[in-house]
Amino acid sequence: MADAHKLEIFRGLLKFKSNTQKIWGILIFLTIVTAVEVALGITKPKALTGTTFLGMKILNWIFIILTLVKAYYIAWDFMHLRDEKSALRRAIVWTPIFLVAYLIFILLFEADYIYNVFKDGFVTWNF
Amino acid sequence: MDSTITTAAEENTWGGGNRPLGASYGKLMMWFFLVSDALTFSGFLAAYGFSRFKFIETWPIADEVFTHVPFFHGNYPMYYVAFMTFILIMSSVTMVLAVDAGHRMKKNSVIWYMFLTIIGGAIFVGSQAWEWATFINGDYGAVETKGGRILQFVKADTGERAALNDFAKTIPGDRVAHENKNGIWFYDEGYRPSYTVNEVIEGFKTNSNIVVRTETINAEGEKMVLSRQESLSKLQSAVQVVEGANLIHNEYGSRLFADFFFFITGFHGFHVFSGVLINLIIFFNVALGTYEKRGHYEMVEKVGLYWHFVDLVWVFVFTFFYLV
Repeated sequence: MADAHKLEIFRGLLKFKSNTQKIWGILIFLTIVTAVEVALGITKPKALTGTTFLGMKILNWIFIILTLVKAYYIAWDFMHLRDEKSALRRAIVWTPIFLVAYLIFILLFEADYIYNVFKDGFVTWNF
Repeated sequence: MDSTITTAAEENTWGGGNRPLGASYGKLMMWFFLVSDALTFSGFLAAYGFSRFKFIETWPIADEVFTHVPFFHGNYPMYYVAFMTFILIMSSVTMVLAVDAGHRMKKNSVIWYMFLTIIGGAIFVGSQAWEWATFINGDYGAVETKGGRILQFVKADTGERAALNDFAKTIPGDRVAHENKNGIWFYDEGYRPSYTVNEVIEGFKTNSNIVVRTETINAEGEKMVLSRQESLSKLQSAVQVVEGANLIHNEYGSRLFADFFFFITGFHGFHVFSGVLINLIIFFNVALGTYEKRGHYEMVEKVGLYWHFVDLVWVFVFTFFYLV
């Protein structure tokens, strides 16, 4: 297993000759994604901050998606999940995803409810 | 029936020594730990999201909080954090190169890559400390109202932030320090801001170019700036001057922001710090030839997993604290 690295990323679009080469390739990719994030964060294009989707700015959705993309490549290529058996991979990935998605869902809904109570529930807090 | 026949293969199934996941015990345990640690961090970040959504209209804007770069003056939002992120990703790369060199049993390469990883980690922890110090010392200063809200000051003509010492008046006055010998119950004086509320208000009255900026975010995603008249009436509810941030007061806005900043980046920084220590131990083991004798460098792979995890967490902290 240790020597059998899978050297394809982007579903086989990009094939590397060696594991070392793949590592540098991933670094370049992660750097580009981070640079895009920082550039968007500094310029904050009006087109992306003005429109919302599911109550959140499009720009923030882009940030979150890019973060998940980065997390995927760190886990898959740096932590070698790509080379592990799929059972191990699924156990590691889907357990937190399920729990965290549930946690985020209940907490953000509750927070939004409290926000509304503060806003129109005759509660003075901003004074 | 098939089940009554004991084959050699079946004996092997229940006899132990199987590796259905194809990973060693140590690696599996590291993954167990990482998954549980991921859940811990997710809990913190979800709690941050909870507080933020609760105060969605008044939450501080990260771009306006983290604007400093060491050795440079001026307003550089995010550049330094981006640099820190890059350092951490870079040290992740040298770590994975060390693991790769370990697979090929190249001891000297492993030593070098481990060394570079430790340096990267140290730079990151140092940057984190600097970031904390800057955050704690504060920028412009602000006043806190009776309700615990923060009022900041901007210049009316340019819209730039105004520091307290740009306009606050110094009113000479006698201050009787409470001394140990005079009190039955003595409290140390503790921290005192550079100006009193009265000095700030008097300075505000004489300086017509200063207006108050509230915590409220308007439709354009900017903090709401009041008119002169509104500012003055708002200032009547000011009870204290706040400079910098701690767990109780925060000149940048909501105090929860500072609390979560200290807690989450602190917890992450602690992970990086212990990661550096563990890397150091492994580094010395590699240098002493422990793994060369053992015949494999799996230990490097295991600490590598931990190190990448620290990087992985930072990617999320970076997004949710600095970008979103």
